[in-house]
Amino acid sequence: MIAELGHFVLVLALVVALAQALVPLVFLRHEAGSETALSFATRAAYLQALLIAVSFAALTYAFVRSDFSLMVVFANSHAAKPMIYKIAGVWGNHEGSMLLWTLILAAYGAAFARTAKNLPARFSSYVMLTQGLLGSAFLSFLLFTSNPFARLLPAPFAGQGLTPILQDPALAAHPPLLYAGYVGFSMSFAFAIAALATAGEPQDGRDNNWARWMRPWILTAWIFLTLGIALGSYWAYYELGWGGFWFWDPVENASLMPWLAGTALLHSALVAETRDTLKRWTLLLAIVTFALSLSGTFLVRSGVLTSVHAFANDPERGIYILAILVGFTAGALALYAYRLPKLAPDGAFQPISREGLLLANNIFLATATVTVFVGTIYPLVLDGLGMGKISVGAPYFNAVFAPLAVPFAILLPLGPLLTWRQGHLAPLRAYLAMGAVAALLLTAILVLLRGAASIMVLALFAASFWLVLGANLDLCRKLSPHRAKLWRFWTLPSSAFSAPLAHGGLGVLMLGILAATQWREEIVVAASPGQEIDIASITLRYDGLREIDGPNYRAEQARLTYMTGQHAGRYLFPERRFYEAERSQTTEAAITTDLTGHLYAVVGETANDKRVLRIWYHPYVAFIWLGAVLMAAGGGFGLRTRLRRRA
Amino acid sequence: MMAKLTPKQTRLAAIVGGLAFLAVAAGLALTALEDNIVFFRSPSELAANPAIPGEAMRVGGLVSEGSVRRDGLRAKFDVTDLAHSISVSYEGMLPDLFREGQGVVAEGRFNGEGLFVADTVLAKHDETYMPPEVAEALEKSGKYNQPHPREGGKP
Repeated sequence: MIAELGHFVLVLALVVALAQALVPLVFLRHEAGSETALSFATRAAYLQALLIAVSFAALTYAFVRSDFSLMVVFANSHAAKPMIYKIAGVWGNHEGSMLLWTLILAAYGAAFARTAKNLPARFSSYVMLTQGLLGSAFLSFLLFTSNPFARLLPAPFAGQGLTPILQDPALAAHPPLLYAGYVGFSMSFAFAIAALATAGEPQDGRDNNWARWMRPWILTAWIFLTLGIALGSYWAYYELGWGGFWFWDPVENASLMPWLAGTALLHSALVAETRDTLKRWTLLLAIVTFALSLSGTFLVRSGVLTSVHAFANDPERGIYILAILVGFTAGALALYAYRLPKLAPDGAFQPISREGLLLANNIFLATATVTVFVGTIYPLVLDGLGMGKISVGAPYFNAVFAPLAVPFAILLPLGPLLTWRQGHLAPLRAYLAMGAVAALLLTAILVLLRGAASIMVLALFAASFWLVLGANLDLCRKLSPHRAKLWRFWTLPSSAFSAPLAHGGLGVLMLGILAATQWREEIVVAASPGQEIDIASITLRYDGLREIDGPNYRAEQARLTYMTGQHAGRYLFPERRFYEAERSQTTEAAITTDLTGHLYAVVGETANDKRVLRIWYHPYVAFIWLGAVLMAAGGGFGLRTRLRRRA
Repeated sequence: MMAKLTPKQTRLAAIVGGLAFLAVAAGLALTALEDNIVFFRSPSELAANPAIPGEAMRVGGLVSEGSVRRDGLRAKFDVTDLAHSISVSYEGMLPDLFREGQGVVAEGRFNGEGLFVADTVLAKHDETYMPPEVAEALEKSGKYNQPHPREGGKP
């Protein structure tokens, strides 16, 4: 019954979404109809969100109750599964995850509806009808190709379970965060459509400053996407047992592309807002960023790419999502081309200015997006043309990203230091020299401690140090008049922390990547109990193996004892788990976290009565995720400034 | 001090600069692609067209029944598309689901004696999973029947 209710309200939601898209269009034909259009769309947006929430709750209920008469529950759940994974199982499959997608879309719509009155009615109406159109497209996709409430009769007694590697707390949170990021960019897309639709029209006597209105939504999406990607990377690091944090897997790239484009959008919208220039570019970026978010969904959901993310390989679904992607992108680009002449011309600026550097930032980020795109799509195209199966892996991306990262990191701290319109480097000379000397000194110390590395690696290290220091120069400068009163730190407006945190966070992330890839140590041994293993100036002893029972798995657990160092006497327990219901097995790494690095141990199979053990030392690897969290925190400070200003 | 640029000049400078940058980036990406792509070869393709020793590539197929020999960390096994097969050697930890009859992809190079020395061996975490390259290679060899899905297989 509950499932039928879920299905029924989903159909209602589609009707409401269609109405939200089409009815305001009729009212908007006359200037006087704007208010009516807005009040209709607002109510529709609330109702749509409510209906989808009810539907989502119904599906969650089915998972919690292990109602195996539902196909998705049967295929992706099992009664003997911990509660948290029963709930996470709701989005651990294609149908449920697309329902989550539409739920988040509707939630953004409702959140906008709450503040829509603060903006010109005509503009708000266009934003909401675009959201309605997106909602209808995805709801019909759900209902026609991926109905989560499809029945399976007669109902089986037991479910097939959730893929064991997905049974993990980080992975329970990864999809909602990532989707909140992807779908968040539907807001900037809708704003771009509204900006184009109302271009050159008076807006209740107000400036049509869409870039200012758009920014908090871009920030929100960007923060979620940053955290979602970081969490996914962390999960891959500890759960897959390969000891890596990023694999340049096409599915990872699919999330990195909207992130890069979204980062560019975040910065260009700042220029468009403050200086009334780069408007066309910003609108184009808003469209492209969302198109990349959609193609991320397409690549992952269509089965074009096979990976842990591809739940189902159903070409019909792929074609449907492709149609949505092409329809919305082509429609938006056509509107863009048609309405562009209506936009007021962009203002001019000097190359050495904040705008100038933000433009440079955009050029770098756009280039990075294109190189990732090429590396991801090229193998698909080649395969499609029957010209052979190739894989483009880490070497390609390292080769293109390293030379881009150095100048990018060097230029990055300069932006916030320069003034708008016409900046001057001369007064900053002392600060910049200090930062540069410190960065070079730190790099020199590294060479002394760790030995020489390639020029490229050293340049990357120097640039990262410079980025971390340079990002905080602005903060130092703001504080220096109050040198005696460091407590002033807390009285600075939250906007003062935004760029230093976000930019410094990128520097920390880069340092983490460099340290973890350059200084990583790895050892694979076949050990018998009592054998000692040396890695990274630590001695471990392999003590042997025992069998343990988990809630829904059996495991072989190895024990390793620290013989030396600060952890002497402590144990590591890497496991191999066998999941009965899913007939599958996973590797659970044992990780010791220190400030300076992770010791990471994995247990493998038997070889000649010995156990294969693989142990890594990952120096400073946690900096990678710390950096990402700092970046998101920087975004948070920026958002806080926004919301306060509005209040 | 730089002379002030007119709006037109700025735009021109931005466009020219942007294009130049894009050209450099495209060059960078293309050379990187040239150096770093790795082709997939099936055992049958390799039988018809032997590889040059030392060339990086991916090979894949099923692990032949009874072919796995382990000696400490070193493992030797045959990978087959049921028409032809190649011998692979690998030193290190094999993935969780590596076993005879399972579809695998190995990345590495041939040595002078026709032995494929793998740097990595990939097998996925689901026993019904088949790497797409392997599935296609098996289909082409025409000697493979689709596996029966596990009981009550995914609808």
